[in-house]
Amino acid sequence: MAGLANVFGSGAMSNSMLEIENNNLMFVIGSNTTETHPIVGLKMKKAVKRGAKLIVADPRKINLVKFADLWLQQRPGTDVALLNTIMHVILREGLEDKEFIKNYTENFENFRGSLAEFTPEIGEKITGVPKEKIIKAALMYGEADKAGIYYTMGMTQHTHGTDNVYAVANLALMTGNLGKESAGVNPLRGQNNVQGASDMGCLPNVYPGYQKVDNLASKEKFEKEWGAKLSDKPGLTVTEITDAAINGSIKAVYIMGENPVLSDPDQSHTVKGLSSLDFLVVQDIFLTETAELADVVLPATCYAEKDGTFTNTERRVQRVRKAVEPPGDAKEDSWIITELSRRMGYEMTYHHIEDVAHETGRVWPAFSGITYNRIEKLGIQWPCPTKDHPGTSYLFKGGFPRGKGLFTSVNYKPSAELPDVEYPFILSTGRQLFQYHTGSMTRRTPAIETIAGQAYVEISPEDAEALGIKDGQVIRVSSRRGSIEIASKVSDRPLKGMVFIPFHFKEAAANVLTNTAVDPVCKIPELKVCAVRIEA
Amino acid sequence: MSFKISIDGKTIDVVEGTTVLEAARKLNIDIPTLCHHPKLTPFGGCRLCIVDIKGIPRPVTSCTTPVSEGMEVTTSNPEIERLRKTILELILSDHPYECMTCERAGDCTLQELAYFYGIKDNRLTGERRLYSKRDGNPFIERELEKCIMCGKCVRVCDQVQGVSAIDFGYRGFDTKICTPFERNLDCEFCGQCVAVCPSGALTGKAWQQKGREIGVREVETTCSYCGCGCNLTLHVKGNEVIRIDSKEDTINEGWLCVKGRFSYSFINSPDRLTKPLIRIAPKESSEFGLRPMGVRSSEYNSAVGSQHSALFREASWDEALDYIAEKLKAIKEKHGPDAIAGLSSARCTNEENYLFQKFIRAAAGTNNIDHCARL
Amino acid sequence: MSNVTIKVCMGPGGIASGGPEVISAFETELKQADIPAEIHKGCSLHKVGCFGLCSKDVLVDLIIDGKKTTYQYVKPDMVRQIVNEHIVGGKAIHEWLVNKDYYNFYRKQIKVVLSDCGIIDYDSIDSYITGSGYKAAEKVIASMRPEDVTAIIKRSGLRGRGGAGFPTGVKWEAAGKQVSNQKYIICNADEGDPGAFMDRAVIEGNPHIVIEGMIIGAYAIGADKGYVYIRAEYPLAVERLKKALSDAKNKGFLGDKIFGSKFSFDIKIKLGAGAFVCGEETALIASIEGQRGMPRAKPPFPVYQGLWGKPTVINNVETLANVPYIVRNGAEWFSSMGTEKSKGTKVFALTGKIKNSGLIEVPMGITLREIIYEIGGGIEGGKALKAVQTGGPSGGCIPAEMLDINVDYESLAKAGSIVGSGGMIVLDEDDCMVNIAKYFLSFTQAESCGKCVPCRIGTKRLLEILERITKGEGKESDLELMESLGNDVKATSLCGLGQTAPNPILSTMKYFRHEYEAHIRDKKCPAKVCRDLITYSVIEDTCSGCGACMRACPAKAITGEKKKPHYINQELCIKCGACFDVCKFKSIKRD
Repeated sequence: MAGLANVFGSGAMSNSMLEIENNNLMFVIGSNTTETHPIVGLKMKKAVKRGAKLIVADPRKINLVKFADLWLQQRPGTDVALLNTIMHVILREGLEDKEFIKNYTENFENFRGSLAEFTPEIGEKITGVPKEKIIKAALMYGEADKAGIYYTMGMTQHTHGTDNVYAVANLALMTGNLGKESAGVNPLRGQNNVQGASDMGCLPNVYPGYQKVDNLASKEKFEKEWGAKLSDKPGLTVTEITDAAINGSIKAVYIMGENPVLSDPDQSHTVKGLSSLDFLVVQDIFLTETAELADVVLPATCYAEKDGTFTNTERRVQRVRKAVEPPGDAKEDSWIITELSRRMGYEMTYHHIEDVAHETGRVWPAFSGITYNRIEKLGIQWPCPTKDHPGTSYLFKGGFPRGKGLFTSVNYKPSAELPDVEYPFILSTGRQLFQYHTGSMTRRTPAIETIAGQAYVEISPEDAEALGIKDGQVIRVSSRRGSIEIASKVSDRPLKGMVFIPFHFKEAAANVLTNTAVDPVCKIPELKVCAVRIEA
Repeated sequence: MSFKISIDGKTIDVVEGTTVLEAARKLNIDIPTLCHHPKLTPFGGCRLCIVDIKGIPRPVTSCTTPVSEGMEVTTSNPEIERLRKTILELILSDHPYECMTCERAGDCTLQELAYFYGIKDNRLTGERRLYSKRDGNPFIERELEKCIMCGKCVRVCDQVQGVSAIDFGYRGFDTKICTPFERNLDCEFCGQCVAVCPSGALTGKAWQQKGREIGVREVETTCSYCGCGCNLTLHVKGNEVIRIDSKEDTINEGWLCVKGRFSYSFINSPDRLTKPLIRIAPKESSEFGLRPMGVRSSEYNSAVGSQHSALFREASWDEALDYIAEKLKAIKEKHGPDAIAGLSSARCTNEENYLFQKFIRAAAGTNNIDHCARL
Repeated sequence: MSNVTIKVCMGPGGIASGGPEVISAFETELKQADIPAEIHKGCSLHKVGCFGLCSKDVLVDLIIDGKKTTYQYVKPDMVRQIVNEHIVGGKAIHEWLVNKDYYNFYRKQIKVVLSDCGIIDYDSIDSYITGSGYKAAEKVIASMRPEDVTAIIKRSGLRGRGGAGFPTGVKWEAAGKQVSNQKYIICNADEGDPGAFMDRAVIEGNPHIVIEGMIIGAYAIGADKGYVYIRAEYPLAVERLKKALSDAKNKGFLGDKIFGSKFSFDIKIKLGAGAFVCGEETALIASIEGQRGMPRAKPPFPVYQGLWGKPTVINNVETLANVPYIVRNGAEWFSSMGTEKSKGTKVFALTGKIKNSGLIEVPMGITLREIIYEIGGGIEGGKALKAVQTGGPSGGCIPAEMLDINVDYESLAKAGSIVGSGGMIVLDEDDCMVNIAKYFLSFTQAESCGKCVPCRIGTKRLLEILERITKGEGKESDLELMESLGNDVKATSLCGLGQTAPNPILSTMKYFRHEYEAHIRDKKCPAKVCRDLITYSVIEDTCSGCGACMRACPAKAITGEKKKPHYINQELCIKCGACFDVCKFKSIKRD
């Protein structure tokens, strides 16, 4: 998100789910949309039915490929090269939007030079995608009137994830596919309220509404609103917190509703970090793997037991309503936080949970117009600055928050850990349709467990045959960080030389294997590429 | 292009391509149908929506007939109603009278139409289709005898989900909905078919005998899985969520995925944490070990229960919160605020996230706050 | 040196009666060493399509120096004698030649569609071209505007021969006016009516006529792609059509820029998988698209939104086969045949209790009497005609009293039946009309696609009522119920299948209500067909006690001592009628 924020001035999905239906072209890269965002997937299928073209770029033959006009099967971690080559061809064919570039962007001339070397031949060599297909993709995207790009963690969970995002942004800027309906750059957010958690300032460098903690005016505004002295020193990210716990500079961690033991890379590293703490508080609805390491575990409520709002991937703020009473003495998280705060000597007083939303509106103008009353039936997409503002279905109409859209030259960098003789396979991790994240919810649904209750590693038929592995056979997958036993799933989905493991399964946790190397800007770990060894 | 047409004497302007049924609905004229769904292509199978159109010698189905300029439509007259009744008699002659125990009673279009048309003595009884049960999935309960062959499930699976797991099979009276060549089901279990089924043929396995209409409340909310933000309707009986579906006029158009529709039993799971817990086992001995591979969730859950009492003791909220406050204050005093960090949650609400970061920043005094946006 | 042409019928009837064996017998015999070389040289053997009079197959034409003689019932073992005596010896074998039945059969017929059938060699495109083959298509493309072609067809009055009788020219005109980047013409060769084999005979006997008709149609509407949708149960027709298509392509009559013009047109074959309903045009389209063959509601009609949503004309085989002749001979020539509203000729498959059964082509408006008694030679075994079933499962029964009815679209429809695709089944006094209705209904019921309620369940309930009537379990109220339900099924069904499925019941109830009443009230089947309503008993007075019936009885229901009257145990009797058939003394009573 930081990537998009740097080039546009805002880091959210630029357009809406509903607009997908009217795309002329969809370019889906690094997103297994039908499994990770099934309903967005339906809109894409609907668009295809209506005649929209679909380009899928993914190292795996994901379900969406079935609906695609063109599938680019790039080697994992070579997205920059793929995108740069596409842009090279677009420029060569003169398909760029010169008006848009002139009026709404900056740094184009500098950037243009950076594409020179990415000829289709070079592109094919790096990505493994035949150059004819890259050229076709460039023509299709370049000629489309309303072209939307959709991506998820397949783009961002790399050590060069920010570069990937810059490249995507460059492509949209170059063709003028921003600031209009049914186009744009659309990172699909993976969790119900990951957009909201970011909007609310649960990030180490910004207050709610992406206002920088080291900006004096922002700091003073929040100090006044909150009646407290605040630090102007940007904090640590998740991965840095784990490192800091190990080196002793972090002593206490309070975790609300997260399960880093399963979700973070290099499990033993995470466990070591959390175990090194003086004090760990975990607040959750289940005794998760992380909670087991805690000093205090607080029973919280699930979404059906409380009132509030979630903000979905398209910036739409929607109501969450209490349907049932929480079990036993479990309490709403808001009650727990305010109670604890009071005992820490800092009083937070709210009569109703909506008061919190009102306070958010006071400190973040884009949220000011949103009231529970207004979103009773249908949510509103921020920015919504006033009570009579209808919300914003697509961003950047008539310009960018940062002024002009910034072209950023990026160069292809290989992933941090590439296969070698000892660890000859590339491992990518991700989700599958039936399970969700660390499984604490879905794995408690017996029907889901019947259909998809077993961990597996997808391996190509060629590789399986070479290693003498039969479908369903339990095999060992090892990396420099650990080793798991897991059932094989021989499948035509992964590229030869690549394996895929969904990370939902604690009994064969993919994150035992993954690498903690992170993107230098966004600190996102490289979960899509690490080197592993397979033993039958 | 727009056409002026009249339906039952009321005139309306509608755009080219509108069907007679759609135009009638705009005029709030109710025409019965079992096979029509506004989001799916017209089917014309149930024949209940027949109307008379001036100049056309036979009744036509309003769901399939596009309007044309000057069209004069009659949606109801004794002959049309008589034909509709015959059609209902035919459907019911091949339908089990099991409304007493049917999961869909009270929420069943067929039942409602049978009631309105007062079909008590059916002239047209005869052989009924009977099937031996083939039960190959844990999500969807199929009672093929109750299937009225409206084809909505087939269309939704093809046109919306793009999966085409099922289609019509066989011919004549033996026609049934099945997988191609009756091979094993290849399905995403989105349950779209269940959502559009107008009878009790397709229901959720998890719904059975949990409650129908009486005493069931509906609560509108937002799904807590992925970022799509689908709007859900939770059906609640007592203190239990017994069923989830979604309304057509939502951003997700009523469509859901397998998780959103079927994976809700965690809410009432016996594994839920119900009391604050304070660690009793010394930290060193809290040996972290991954459970052996192949442990299924049910076994896993009981494992949690036993570990729980070995690691923690239950505490009151006052005790737990005071303890935390005291510890955090001490660490802050000794090591400074930046020795504290908070991890917030992409699963929690905006309000909770706002409060959490406010707590970390204002009460703990540090910007060490993050969440799993990167994962 | 004499010129000898031998033509062997390899139509459906010819093949079934042993045509291929006759051919190989001729091949063998003609190789005999003692056949003079000059005869051998001048002798050619041809496989040709249906002659028409299938009940006399295998029919063989022998044309020696332009003089044609026809042999009937030819078996392979007769061939040597024919070769030796007639071809070599020059003397016809009179007792094997066709008789006056054969000539009567053809006298009232007018052959248009079938004019080359049984004459030309279906496997040879040159044989077709030698006549005036492909001249019509060439002329149209070289010198006419598409709308002029349509105008000719419109003026000719040609109507669809597949059943509904929609004016072909009007259909073409509508499709021609559509603006679209793609149009299609489809030949519907999914002939499915029981007993019907008109389309099959045309394709097998003269496949090029259909191709030429499609080329002309495609040009008229502006289609560059055509399909022949043909049932897979016609392997021979498919094989001959495939060969014809490839020959036509090689000649440049199909493919890119045909006949050296700018017009391109190609034809693909699509095999049907045995569903009767795929003869319905929207179901046929669905089937070509790879969907289950299920009809959809019209409008929109295929001429506006057809195959893959594009304007599509679907014509039946016989309709298309008329087209080249109309173009060759003119609209006025065609419209001079037939009645005011039904122009031209119609091919019928004449079957049932008729002496001369086979394929006939008659001018529209001919009376049923002429067909039955002049062409058909009357009823077999001198029995009484009861009715004629026309139009197959969608049609109805015309009673013997109405024998002077004109056979055309309007007259048959008025009588409660239809021309249909051309099935014509002759029924005599031994046929039970309730049973006939049941037969056709069980066919349509099984072939219903299952999409719409009235057809799927309605026909089932109708069939159930018929079943109980023929079992003697019918109720007085059943007649009223069937009439009412039958009419409701007609009124509310989605496609032609359901809309016409009750016709066999309704028309038999109209003309033969007394037979239904006899089944219901008296528990008797007047024609003595419905097994549950018949009893077999021994007439003791005339029984000779020969024991023949006892030996014939498969159920061991007959007992008796030699030379004494026998006895049938009704509990054991399965009503098979074997005793009745075997008794030489007419001592078994059936009632």
